[in-house]
Amino acid sequence: MSEHPHDHDHPHDGDADRAHDRPLSGPALRVKALESLLVEKGLIDPKTLDEIVDIYENRVGPRNGARIVARAWTDPAYRQRLLANATEAIAEFGYIERWAEDIVAVENTPQVRNLVVCTLCSCYPWPVLGLPPAWYKSDAYRARAVIDPRGVLKAFGQHVPEDVEVRVWDSTAEMRYLVVPERPTGTEGWSVEQLAAIVTRDAMVGVGTVTLPASGA
Amino acid sequence: MNSIHDMGGMHGMGPLVIEHDDAVFHDVWHGRVFALRMACAFHRKWNADMGRYARERMPAGEFLAASYYERALYALERVLVESGLLGEEELASGQATSPANVSGTLQPEQVATIVRTRRRARMDDDVAPLFKVGDAVVTRNIHPEGHTRLPRYARGRRGTIDRDHGVFSFADTNAMTRDRKPQHLYSVRFAATELWGDAASPRDSTYLDLWDDHLLPA
Repeated sequence: MSEHPHDHDHPHDGDADRAHDRPLSGPALRVKALESLLVEKGLIDPKTLDEIVDIYENRVGPRNGARIVARAWTDPAYRQRLLANATEAIAEFGYIERWAEDIVAVENTPQVRNLVVCTLCSCYPWPVLGLPPAWYKSDAYRARAVIDPRGVLKAFGQHVPEDVEVRVWDSTAEMRYLVVPERPTGTEGWSVEQLAAIVTRDAMVGVGTVTLPASGA
Repeated sequence: MNSIHDMGGMHGMGPLVIEHDDAVFHDVWHGRVFALRMACAFHRKWNADMGRYARERMPAGEFLAASYYERALYALERVLVESGLLGEEELASGQATSPANVSGTLQPEQVATIVRTRRRARMDDDVAPLFKVGDAVVTRNIHPEGHTRLPRYARGRRGTIDRDHGVFSFADTNAMTRDRKPQHLYSVRFAATELWGDAASPRDSTYLDLWDDHLLPA
């Protein structure tokens, strides 16, 4: 491993704004040392790392889940299949093989709000939502979502009336949870593409709802 | 293990900070840690449960002070050394003393397929379920020093089988000895009041995914 943190030999460093002209320190330096060592050992190919980062930055993300939700809103038979066996229904989109990942879809209704968390680590439905946002992985969210889900929802600007049931899904195994939010009124006649465009990641984790874009915005 | 990673229901974790940018990785090295983990896992020297168990063994003080990707880096270093892919002295010095004994590395053109097809924990074994939907159950009161996916806040609690997910490998043993111990996994519903007392809303509930070995008839 180079002793020179200013070393400009970063053949795989894709972000020119950062890292190149700034000394690496702490974990960034440790990761670079580990990567060099693993390459030297013949355990990894650095080009593969670039590909993995690119996939999760650009090709897998919440737009996948949004298309699933929009289809469920517009196709009652698909909605039934999704709620009965989300793994099979999601495989229809090709994001994931049906035997590779187990996903459960839970539906919000006027009477029920669903909220997804992983209190033991940070399990999240990667094939349909991509990698989780930092808040989902935060200690504060993981600690609080089970004991105070209504407080968490309030922090996200969601007031849940007392007569609405809140269901928290703690992802303690390899099942992954996708919330199907309520379709907002005023979207009658919208196409699947139009609907998918307004479905947010937060709504599919359960901390948000889907709302119409502010008119004239 | 009763370590700091098991934080459901804890107080004192600070305010919930909700970031509003959509960056997948907030620093370049975060993405590198994520990618290193996947590229190293390709050698199949450990499973996901072993990876989680490695992270759980980070000393609590360090764990709380560390960011998400620092925790992931710690766990990756641990499994690399424990699996024998890296020597402890190689990790410390950054110098390889010998090439690894592996056949090939994960190649860029394989990644997209692996992302779509990497099989998780479902198993085809024909194992009879010990419970059926609607059964009343009580979770075991266990405190293993090893890995478990039964969180402290739900031990010794009464719940109801909400759905049977089918047969899965058992994380608690798979993390320790790679014994997959196939058995049924269920979604178990617990009333919020059962978990958190009368201050909780009587309408609310929490669902956990638990295995036969976590459960007893109530």
